[in-house]
Amino acid sequence: MSHYALNINGVVRSVEAAPDTPLLWVLRDLLGLVGTKFGCGVGSCGACMVHLNGVPARACMTPVSTVGRKQVVTIEGLDAQGTHPLQTAWQELDVPQCGYCQSGQIMSAAALLKENPHPTDAEIDDAMSGNLCRCATYLRIRAGIHRAAEIAAKAKGST
Amino acid sequence: MKPRKQAIQPPHGVNRRAFMRRSTVAGGGLLLGLYLDGAGAQALVAAPASQTGTTAFKPNAFIRIDTDGVVTLVSKQPEIGQGIKTSLPMVIAEELEVDWKDVRIVQGDLDPIYGGQSAGGSTSTPNNYNQFLRLGATARTMLVQAAALVWQVPAQECVAAHSKVLHTPSQRALRYGELVAKAAGLPVPAAESVKLKDPANYTLLGQRIGGVDNHAVVTGGGLFGLDVQLPGMLFAVYDKCPAFGGKVVSANLDAIKALPGVRDAFVIEGTANLNGLMPGVAIVAESTWAAFSARKQLKVSWDEGPGVKESWDGFVAQARSLAKQSGSTTLRRDGDPEGAFAAASKTLEAAYSYPFISHASIEPQNCTAWWNGGTLEMWAPTQNPASGQNLVATTLGLPKDKVVVHITRSGGGFGRRLSADYMVEAAAIAQRAKAPVKLTWSREDDLRHDHYRPGGFHFLRGALNQGGQLSAWHNHFVTFANRVQRDGQSVLQPGSGASLSGDEFPGRWVSSCLLEQTPMECNIPMGPWRAPGSSVFAWVFHSFIDELAHAAGRDPLEFRLELLGNKDQMPGTGERGVAYNVARMRNVLTEVARKAQWGRKRFARGQGQGIAFHFSHRGYIAEVAEVTVSKAGELKVDRVVVVSDIGAQIVNLSGAENQVHGSVIDGLGTLMFAELDIQRGRIVQRNLSDYPMISMADSPTRIEVHFLKSDQPVTGLGEPALPPLAPAVCNAIFAATGVRVRQMPLSRVSLAWS
Repeated sequence: MSHYALNINGVVRSVEAAPDTPLLWVLRDLLGLVGTKFGCGVGSCGACMVHLNGVPARACMTPVSTVGRKQVVTIEGLDAQGTHPLQTAWQELDVPQCGYCQSGQIMSAAALLKENPHPTDAEIDDAMSGNLCRCATYLRIRAGIHRAAEIAAKAKGST
Repeated sequence: MKPRKQAIQPPHGVNRRAFMRRSTVAGGGLLLGLYLDGAGAQALVAAPASQTGTTAFKPNAFIRIDTDGVVTLVSKQPEIGQGIKTSLPMVIAEELEVDWKDVRIVQGDLDPIYGGQSAGGSTSTPNNYNQFLRLGATARTMLVQAAALVWQVPAQECVAAHSKVLHTPSQRALRYGELVAKAAGLPVPAAESVKLKDPANYTLLGQRIGGVDNHAVVTGGGLFGLDVQLPGMLFAVYDKCPAFGGKVVSANLDAIKALPGVRDAFVIEGTANLNGLMPGVAIVAESTWAAFSARKQLKVSWDEGPGVKESWDGFVAQARSLAKQSGSTTLRRDGDPEGAFAAASKTLEAAYSYPFISHASIEPQNCTAWWNGGTLEMWAPTQNPASGQNLVATTLGLPKDKVVVHITRSGGGFGRRLSADYMVEAAAIAQRAKAPVKLTWSREDDLRHDHYRPGGFHFLRGALNQGGQLSAWHNHFVTFANRVQRDGQSVLQPGSGASLSGDEFPGRWVSSCLLEQTPMECNIPMGPWRAPGSSVFAWVFHSFIDELAHAAGRDPLEFRLELLGNKDQMPGTGERGVAYNVARMRNVLTEVARKAQWGRKRFARGQGQGIAFHFSHRGYIAEVAEVTVSKAGELKVDRVVVVSDIGAQIVNLSGAENQVHGSVIDGLGTLMFAELDIQRGRIVQRNLSDYPMISMADSPTRIEVHFLKSDQPVTGLGEPALPPLAPAVCNAIFAATGVRVRQMPLSRVSLAWS
């Protein structure tokens, strides 16, 4: 077991964990941040997507020993009020069915919108190709990303 | 170990179990009443005697109105993504005349007071709809009576609307919260005095209402089985024999117990039930990762059992050989099949097959169990909590009332969580662990120990007469069955969806029809997979009907309409037969053709339309798919038009559309990719990396969803929109390319054309 001081959602959290422990299980089991989901453990489904220094990363493939001082953002920390444009759009369009994969979907989409505020359908398909939704809410996820882009643009215009 | 944050919190600080108990026993005592609805189905409605002195109005086990005006409704059915936690409470709220913003929903535990709680077979809506209308209407009637008493006016002068009762002549209004004390003192009115609303006046049903857990979903709130956290909780994994039914001979338990973070490791003998507690080795540890890591060091010597000789290739060869013989069972024989084939102007033969597939919900199977002073308390993402309780009680020899089941949200169901193997495993581990234990299946466990959708083989012959009409139909279905003991007899029991009904379309419609079935014994666990049977039968039969239509040189829609015929009703065969409302099917088929401009659009080579319909789970659905296939054989589904008749009322339009989208894309993903190989009695695939699933890019560009309202009971939508998709797409592929798909998945078939 080793000691780690992790910057998670802007707060430094201390944990004791084996160095090979995936960040996923540190978040879920040690810190009680269960919004980041376990789906496959091999980086195939995207349910565990978080941001490391703003870049989407699969928490199940990220050993805690490699996180260092990078800023980890999870779905719980994406927006302090839970009103990120994607979170608003997802509720507006009633995107979820079971909802299990949606935190990973939103984290991938948030990284996309940061880089590309007005993505095309093809750009969305490409950026979201690593996120599976077994309920297959894909058309609403795509619409939700477009809607979030609109909301964000409007907010920017009004400030 | 520090006590952890409890991830699953009942809303507004209400302990859910306590809420339910209070709502059923407090306040003067509620009497449980039973009534029968018109269809004869039993439903539970609690009838209170007197509730004086209470601070809430609780007319039955499902409704609670507090003095602050908050209306709390219990969702009794498991939520697996079908939206029932939103839609069934909407039914109460409509009749209760409460503003949706005043409503809070709590998930009910397993409790007999709620009646049946199984979410399977798209039955949650049809089994509860009428009773839920009545629950809301009864409470509303009592609130109106309460207001009339306060004002000393006739109840007929009062109306309920927007969480208030209004006295129109005097322009007075009382909010529901203000009527709590008065209403709580009233007896439940006789059923005949409770008037249901005219559906024309519905203000909530049929609207687009967002899922009640959406905010928690998008902010990472703990809702799911895997999110359960209890103080002092331990974490378990369970290793079973890769070959189904294998037993543990020995394992390096001492070495495992010495690993960091491991608390215990032990063998569970298990039972012979392929869908129950299978033999295996449990590892209990201080974290999920400690358990997963220890498992990598686990060495088990297995007695792999009788299934180890089984392989998919072996079954394919066996099926081909069986096809040469008559079926072991005749499901249907009408007219003179052999005579009709002999007299035919054209006959066609084709063999269709599909593999075993997995449910692959993204949340792997899991369950948290706590053996606590003789009571086993469980938190499970389950579709059928009662069968889980029953399996646990039976397997472990406990009285059922000592097995408490809390229903968590499920990260997908698709039929997988109608089984309770993961629940009984968690229970058996918890009995020894002396602490709450969360059992987590790895993805590999989930894929390799599913209760699979069975594969199948259909050997078909069809005959056309001189008029180009279908004159004879013969199907020999070679399927899969497990050997089970029933009443002291060893019998072959076909898997879920692995048995064909003699009434399955076009049975009953073709004058000379022979349907036969032969099961192949296997040791592979099988279970219901979204629209069991229908999900594959629709593909096989509507593909072959399409072949026959083209062979007759006729339009596939016109050929089908003629086959359906002019009768409005087709009675079921025998006592268990289900009637088929032909008029409803003709309506959706005609409408889908109209909406899709069937026969009126021109397509370039490599593009085309296909049509199919299917009746299942009480729903009548027709679909048209439009596809583009590149010369190299790459498929893109451009458009799917879906017309459904699921009765007189769509409950939640947003949820209903989402279910249709999901069914269509699930049907397409299954058609395109889903396949498991079997070798040496085990599943070859290991994880999602070699079991591909559909992603956004492969989804249809457009899905158009239409509902035809009919004067028929309100039914479910979790399943029936899936079956027609695969044949509609394959028929479109044929129209586009001339390639006829007779094998699933498409990744096995070249769609290239020149």
